[in-house]
Amino acid sequence: MPGADKETDLSERIESFLSELKRCGSGAGSLRGSAETARETTALLRRITAQARWGNAGDLMEIIRKEGRRMTAAQPSETTVGNMVRRVLKIIREEYARSRGSTEEADQQESLHKLLTSGGSSEDNFRQHFAHLKANVIEAINELLTELEGTTDNISMQALEHIHSNEVIMTIGRSRTVEAFLKDAARKRKFHVMVAECAPFCQGHEMATSLSKEDIETTVIPDAAIFAVMSRVNKVIIGTQTVLANGGLRAVNGTHTLALAAKHHSTPLIVCAPMFKLSPQFPNEEDTFHKFVSPHEVLPFTEGEILSKVNAHGPVFDYVPPELITLFISNIGGNAPSYIYRLMSELYHPEDHEL
Amino acid sequence: MADSDGRQVDSINHSTEEDVKLQEVVQAKCEGKELTKEEKQRLRKEKKQHKKNKKDDRGPPEKEKEKEKASVLAPSKPATQSPAHKAPVPVNASASESPVAAEKPAKSKAEQRAERRARQDTERASKQGKKEGGQQSASSKPKATPNELQPVVKRLPEHIQVDDPAALKKLAKKLERQQVPLRSDYGYKVSLFSHLHQYSRKNPPTQQISIPATVIHPSIVRLGLQYSQGIIAGSNARSVALLHAFKQVIQDYSTPPNEELSRDLVNKLSPYISFLSQCRPLSASMGNAIKHIKKEISNIPSQCKEEEAKRRLQECIDSYINEKIILASEAISKYAIEKISDGDVILVYGCSSLVNHILCEAFEKQRKFRVIVVDSRPRLEGREALRRLVKKGIRCTYVLISALSYILPEVSKVFLGAHALLANGYVMSRVGTSQIALVAKAYNVPVLVCCETYKFCERVQTDSFVSNELDDPDDLIVTRNGKTHLENWQTVKSLGLLNLVYDVTPPDFVDLVITDLGMIPCTSVPVVLRVKNVDQ
Repeated sequence: MPGADKETDLSERIESFLSELKRCGSGAGSLRGSAETARETTALLRRITAQARWGNAGDLMEIIRKEGRRMTAAQPSETTVGNMVRRVLKIIREEYARSRGSTEEADQQESLHKLLTSGGSSEDNFRQHFAHLKANVIEAINELLTELEGTTDNISMQALEHIHSNEVIMTIGRSRTVEAFLKDAARKRKFHVMVAECAPFCQGHEMATSLSKEDIETTVIPDAAIFAVMSRVNKVIIGTQTVLANGGLRAVNGTHTLALAAKHHSTPLIVCAPMFKLSPQFPNEEDTFHKFVSPHEVLPFTEGEILSKVNAHGPVFDYVPPELITLFISNIGGNAPSYIYRLMSELYHPEDHEL
Repeated sequence: MADSDGRQVDSINHSTEEDVKLQEVVQAKCEGKELTKEEKQRLRKEKKQHKKNKKDDRGPPEKEKEKEKASVLAPSKPATQSPAHKAPVPVNASASESPVAAEKPAKSKAEQRAERRARQDTERASKQGKKEGGQQSASSKPKATPNELQPVVKRLPEHIQVDDPAALKKLAKKLERQQVPLRSDYGYKVSLFSHLHQYSRKNPPTQQISIPATVIHPSIVRLGLQYSQGIIAGSNARSVALLHAFKQVIQDYSTPPNEELSRDLVNKLSPYISFLSQCRPLSASMGNAIKHIKKEISNIPSQCKEEEAKRRLQECIDSYINEKIILASEAISKYAIEKISDGDVILVYGCSSLVNHILCEAFEKQRKFRVIVVDSRPRLEGREALRRLVKKGIRCTYVLISALSYILPEVSKVFLGAHALLANGYVMSRVGTSQIALVAKAYNVPVLVCCETYKFCERVQTDSFVSNELDDPDDLIVTRNGKTHLENWQTVKSLGLLNLVYDVTPPDFVDLVITDLGMIPCTSVPVVLRVKNVDQ
């Protein structure tokens, strides 16, 4: 039966996506950039919307939530997956509200009166069946996909507003967003880039070779020299893995040191992050969000006898508090870290923060 | 000193007219003007006359005292002129006069020496007569009285003038004269550091020396090679190796006829020092050690027999090593162990022999602590420290410097070693130290720097650019997963690799400096230097 085939096909795709997520998280940073992951997640969600069996919005949301939980469990550090799931959930809510005819604004306002009187009724709200809901949701998801495709270009277009000529810019590790940003600025302006190599994976080397191919004056420095050269740096431009709800960052390790050094020299720290990296999580006091790689990267097995007597740590991420950040540049423009919580409320519905 | 000065004044009063002429001629020479032949002859005659007069005034013992004074004044010049850097030798008055002497092949060596001494005496007398201003001549000798603030006559050290073609030419000429090979720079230098040398480890300067080396002693050649290849690294190790090599040199040295050991040995050492600084720029500790040795050599009285003099010098070197390095580290350990309490988590960076010694001592004294070793590419010296500590049985953790923010909340104290302590309170140490101090400050963890007093130097510096060392840039290249991204960095025009060796840490990041004189704040370094200068 075609229905059953579609279902097995769908579950196969989901399974393969999950296994890829699990695999790509093991070491060497991300084999795929976050943008790609976001696109694939959204495409998969669209497919689920199209092919899964659901009668009303509530069912669809349940299915998507379930799949979303599985996906985030496969690779907890890849937060873009969870972000995309929440975006789609918000889309579904919006489309449902539009179909019902009520305006978005009225729904969003959480007045005290509403909270007290209509507590239980919001569940039933999603049980109505609308014929065109599926088509609307898929259309909205397509719009989301186009938005995703254009994020890097949107960010690069703002490059000339922030980089003047003869600047010395510092960055760390490898971020595709920052790469595109700097290359775009280099078309019109001449400046110098210092790349911190970011041990142990040394992704800074790749970044430096790619930048120097575009005739940008690049210098590779070891991580230990970050503070030593910071006094001559005009701006620090970095990418990040996740933007947290308080405006802080979860970025590649070494970023916190970079941010502290920039603060000490009063150098502005600019973060280029597209909106799909914004996650509604808050940082915890405990290191629950830390991810580690094999200590072999830090202390190789060739070191012999001392290996068994020594603890070696290889954390992948750093937390950077929002006080150290000057500006966020995203596809919707530039924002201060103090505005991030507001943007979040536009992207995600508060009930979706916990999947 | 006072009596002989008085006697000098007497002798000068005897022959004031000659002296006036003498002073004029000497002044002319000081200003670098060419003396005509008649003037030179006149000078010779007057010097002889002057010497005869002096001989009449005093007996033979005073003559010796003069000689001693002359030799003491000569090394006081290096003390005030170019502290802490390799002391290129033509600081001696004798050297500045040797070009003049070379033009007169007719004079015998003894006569030249006598002339030189007489000239030094008259110059000293004339200078005492006038006020001492900031005379910039190479033969000015301001006395180092502790109550006066000295106008420091400084020459810029060569190794930070690579972008100046005149300085480079001068260096090349000097090295040619000393028959020391000149090492050429390697690779594309980042523009911010165009004033520093950048050498490649694959081209050691020993490749250009003929075997057997005629001018340079073989143990110095070996030492230079060990420095340039990084086999001996760390300021204590380098200084001790240097002093041992000098002991060997002194052992094999024999005074040529008609020469004095105190002068000739110093002259013999200068090409060695140039060679070593070509292999790797001298560290502050090495500079201080060399100054000390030169002073000791010049202090050898001339009537001392060669064997006796050599034995004395060997003893002096041994006692320097013993006092300044070995005993100092014992004293520092004693102070530092007071600061280590049970249950501490101590963070160390790289491999500092002193800090490792402190930790081993503390462990032997049954303190309970564990150590976190932070390491950085490309040198990865922390692995060596890790091996030593683990061998002792200390519990260790190992991270790279990028994981510093992750590990620092666990840490209770940070112990850092130093390469040198500058006179404005800045700590010059391995690159990355300032970063550790910065992040530790942000987490409110105390930072303690351990440093022996022989590493204190009179230079001042506020950033890591003006004076630093650039290591081989190829060290940054790494192969991961079979891919080497930076393999052909030389071919890419706009790509540069920067491998700094040192950086400076501002004193507000450092809480305490532990030295063999006690525990002092960072800003007390010039006080210690002043006290040391008065003693010596």
